[in-house]
Amino acid sequence: MNIYWMTALGTSGACFLFKYLGHNIPESWLSHPRVQRINLLIPVALLSSLVAIQTFTDKTKIVVDHRMAGVSIAIAAFAAKLPFPVAVFGAAVASAIIYRLN
Amino acid sequence: MSVKRDSLSLSFAVGVYGAAFGAASVAAHFSVLQTCAISLLTFSGASQFAAVGVVGAGGGALSAIATGALLGTRNGLYAVRMAPLLRVKGFKRVVAAQVTIDESTGVALAQNNEKDSRTGFWWTGFGVFIFWNIFTLLGALSAGLLKDPAAFGLDALVPAAFVGLVWPRLTNKKSYYLAIFAFLFALSLAPFVPAGVPIIATSLLAVFMGWRE
Repeated sequence: MNIYWMTALGTSGACFLFKYLGHNIPESWLSHPRVQRINLLIPVALLSSLVAIQTFTDKTKIVVDHRMAGVSIAIAAFAAKLPFPVAVFGAAVASAIIYRLN
Repeated sequence: MSVKRDSLSLSFAVGVYGAAFGAASVAAHFSVLQTCAISLLTFSGASQFAAVGVVGAGGGALSAIATGALLGTRNGLYAVRMAPLLRVKGFKRVVAAQVTIDESTGVALAQNNEKDSRTGFWWTGFGVFIFWNIFTLLGALSAGLLKDPAAFGLDALVPAAFVGLVWPRLTNKKSYYLAIFAFLFALSLAPFVPAGVPIIATSLLAVFMGWRE
């Protein structure tokens, strides 16, 4: 099995496991405030690091390229409360323009 | 009646993002079939973008799965909230689990009575599932036609989508600081460890910052 199928099926299995476990355990098990706080913060940490890695790295090298233009547009668009598809599409257009100019 | 209408319009709006996932996944060299399998079986937007994003950035399958799984833990907490409301067993519980996501839980919790909550959960869950998978296929097929995805900005699509996913979660000072720390921490680790590891490592920052109030 190649890396793509492993990723596809492994991520699916893990995500389903969490969903299904949640439907089968008592609510009191996870009601601790610390669990709740950490649960809210984990996506913030992971998504922010994904923005960094996906924008500024190529394999394990730090690079600054056309993607930064796209992501800057996305940040401006979300700050201006524009809808998700508009922001993401705008980011793609900005990135493509810089890429083609180079 | 309005619960169903609200559920469906939200489902359509969210489902459209599926096209962005389809395109991003194909740009990360997943096949159209693999891309559709992820949307059908994983069915959790942030986890999906993360898993293909890690592979696209050169990370291994284990890093990709770990990152996707960590982002999927919150669905488990939603499930804990939804279970006493839905009270379903056997196969129905399996189906309920698969459609336990941000949106179905959000709509259910926004209702004033249990009957509307259940209606909102199922209609939003199935609605997003249908539109998300249709648009994933459309996005994957369209991106597959492109020879050089970067020339169409597809390599900026994934980080832009992550900005959109993290934005509504920046609700207080702590989350704001964590976002900045995680951003810098991941970049400072990136040159020294295998791709994918810096992302998982930032979950420790979340544990550290969430430990105390």
